[in-house]
Amino acid sequence: MKKEWPLWEVFVRSKNGLEHRHFGSLHAADAEMALANARDVYTRRNEGVSIWVVESSNITASQPENNPEFFEPAKDKVYRHPTFYDLPDEVKHM
Amino acid sequence: MSEKEIKNLEAIFEQRIANEEKIEPKDWMPEKYRQTHIRQISQHAHSEVVGMLPEGNWVTRAPSLRRKAALLAKIQDEAGHGLYLYSACETLGISRDELYDQLHSGKAKYSSIFNYPTLTWADIGAIGWLVDGAAIINQVPLCNTSFGPYARAMVRVCKEESFHQRQGYEIMLTLCKGTPEQKAMAQDALNRWWWPSLMMFGPTDAESVHTEQSMKWKLKRKTNDELRQQFIDQTVPQADILGITVPDPDLKWNEERGHYDFGEINWDEFWQVVKGQGPCNRERMKARVSAWERGEWVRDAALAYAEKNAKKNIKKAM
Repeated sequence: MKKEWPLWEVFVRSKNGLEHRHFGSLHAADAEMALANARDVYTRRNEGVSIWVVESSNITASQPENNPEFFEPAKDKVYRHPTFYDLPDEVKHM
Repeated sequence: MSEKEIKNLEAIFEQRIANEEKIEPKDWMPEKYRQTHIRQISQHAHSEVVGMLPEGNWVTRAPSLRRKAALLAKIQDEAGHGLYLYSACETLGISRDELYDQLHSGKAKYSSIFNYPTLTWADIGAIGWLVDGAAIINQVPLCNTSFGPYARAMVRVCKEESFHQRQGYEIMLTLCKGTPEQKAMAQDALNRWWWPSLMMFGPTDAESVHTEQSMKWKLKRKTNDELRQQFIDQTVPQADILGITVPDPDLKWNEERGHYDFGEINWDEFWQVVKGQGPCNRERMKARVSAWERGEWVRDAALAYAEKNAKKNIKKAM
């Protein structure tokens, strides 16, 4: 048959209270195998309490070459930041 | 893209690296950067994978359950390191099958050290102490290299390597405190692994063709000779603690330099082994290719099973 197993992205929650973080990727025939492999490859030393695996082909990513126009709209909106607003020094706790 | 535009992009790219910015897979990069990284990361991955073979030789003959469990865990780590690195390499647009094919066809290289045989149990100690010790020195600077996926893989690898070196040194220490025969076994392993370990840092700076470019891209932070010196300086006192002798009559502390002076490395041997004439080159590739070929039906069956289940689920949903 000579076909490569699909690629999966692995996300691990290191401990409760933290978000799942991208740890890397691996090949597996299906989701169940991807989970088992992810455990063996990325959590051999108790690095996680929860694992997500997502087939890489299901991820839609933004393209770095479009970054200027893609992220531009946020750049000129300084009024979204607290420091934009001028308040007298006497005002405390704000 | 015109040549001028490429030159311009290249200038911006080099500037980003000079500013310690990381490069991520989808970023524009010069073709040479891509190819150099594919070569280096895949060589590194292949070395981890082939590195399991000399150690695998001793799993069934480890002298105690404690040693056996540790050796198995170490070998499993090497497999893990190979996998981290292969997937980092694949982000550069090469498939896993292509990478394996390059290894199996002999097109890609792996670290020559694994073409030496593991003749006694002491060799497992010497590998952990010297080979993993040298690997750590080579690898630590890579945690900060410019290509993001490689740097992240290396952070994980380096965290795990320290156990490898300590378990190796502990094996040596136990042998050196044992019977005269056991100590002689440790000495013999040091005799055989010392020079090949020094060769792991690659040719001398004068002979090294990639150093300048690799420095720029932060694939290297120190030159081969600097790293080799660092290894010698830190390893010789460890041999002293073991009470065994480094097999180099020219080895001598140089007060003025603040480093050990050492003898001439046999570069003919190094190039022989690189070119495929080491004691175990053929055996290693034969074992590797055979494992890959004999596993093919398992890979195919797993995929067929996954496809069948996927179809079943679609039917159920209809």
